Amino acid sequence: MEIGIPIEAFLILATFMFFAGVYGFLTRRNLITMLMSIELILNAVNINFVVFNKYLYPNQLQGHFFAIFVIAVAASEAAVAIAIIINIYRKFANINVENIDKMKY
Amino acid sequence: MEFFKQITGNHVMFVIFAAIIIVCSILTVTSRRILRAATFLLFVLVSTAGLYFMLNFKFLAAVQLTLYAGGIVVLIIFSILLTSHISEKFELISFKKIIFSAIAAVAGFILCSITLLDYGFNANNAIIQDIDMQVIGNSLLNYGDNGFVLPFEVISILLLAAMIAAIVIAKKRVKNNDKEKIV
Repeated sequence: MEIGIPIEAFLILATFMFFAGVYGFLTRRNLITMLMSIELILNAVNINFVVFNKYLYPNQLQGHFFAIFVIAVAASEAAVAIAIIINIYRKFANINVENIDKMKY
Repeated sequence: MEFFKQITGNHVMFVIFAAIIIVCSILTVTSRRILRAATFLLFVLVSTAGLYFMLNFKFLAAVQLTLYAGGIVVLIIFSILLTSHISEKFELISFKKIIFSAIAAVAGFILCSITLLDYGFNANNAIIQDIDMQVIGNSLLNYGDNGFVLPFEVISILLLAAMIAAIVIAKKRVKNNDKEKIV
């Protein structure tokens, strides 16, 4: 059975998601929302891996496995980042990036 | 009429998922209430799992649902509830910053899209076939051709290190004079 959707449709969808994440990373000032933008970016890359695997090399599984590894990396990154964010909140009582500049001076 | 005959269920599903992803990913990065932004992120991740189901990567879609939608989003929502009020709204971002960020993002999107459309990929239609669960398990622990045992081990060490790091960082600091009391 053929899927009937051109590969470019998936790739442009993933590109859109990636640059939505980039926009969020540039405009947001709260650490947790910046982390959410990073999750969007990682997810877009995952779609690319999977689609390239399915369309260009359908007999292999490299893209599939690397998508799984990216998900594992994203999970551990989120865990460590949230531990750091909660520790910062304990010290500064808020998590805006403008207020966390104690190590600068 | 000829056009409508060519539309299959796959097209309809793809358009629905794409619409959800586009709308919700914009709302994720622009919503001024942080808990709503997390909910929109959840919608994006679930419809990505739907795309994986469409491509017949069932195992990957299940991993996406359990780990991303079930694990990471719940972790993010917990930390939101720990660090901010639910009814709290963000301040408006300065207009200049919005304009410059939007220009950067839109320019990048247009550049990448033009490159993608120009490239001319060879395969325009994927054939859907099943991937055995057995094949996935075998190649994760195989070191020959199509074997992924090295990245698998690296990932397992990374997960262990991340777990220890998260515990050490988030643990309460012990003051020097009452170190003996707290284990």
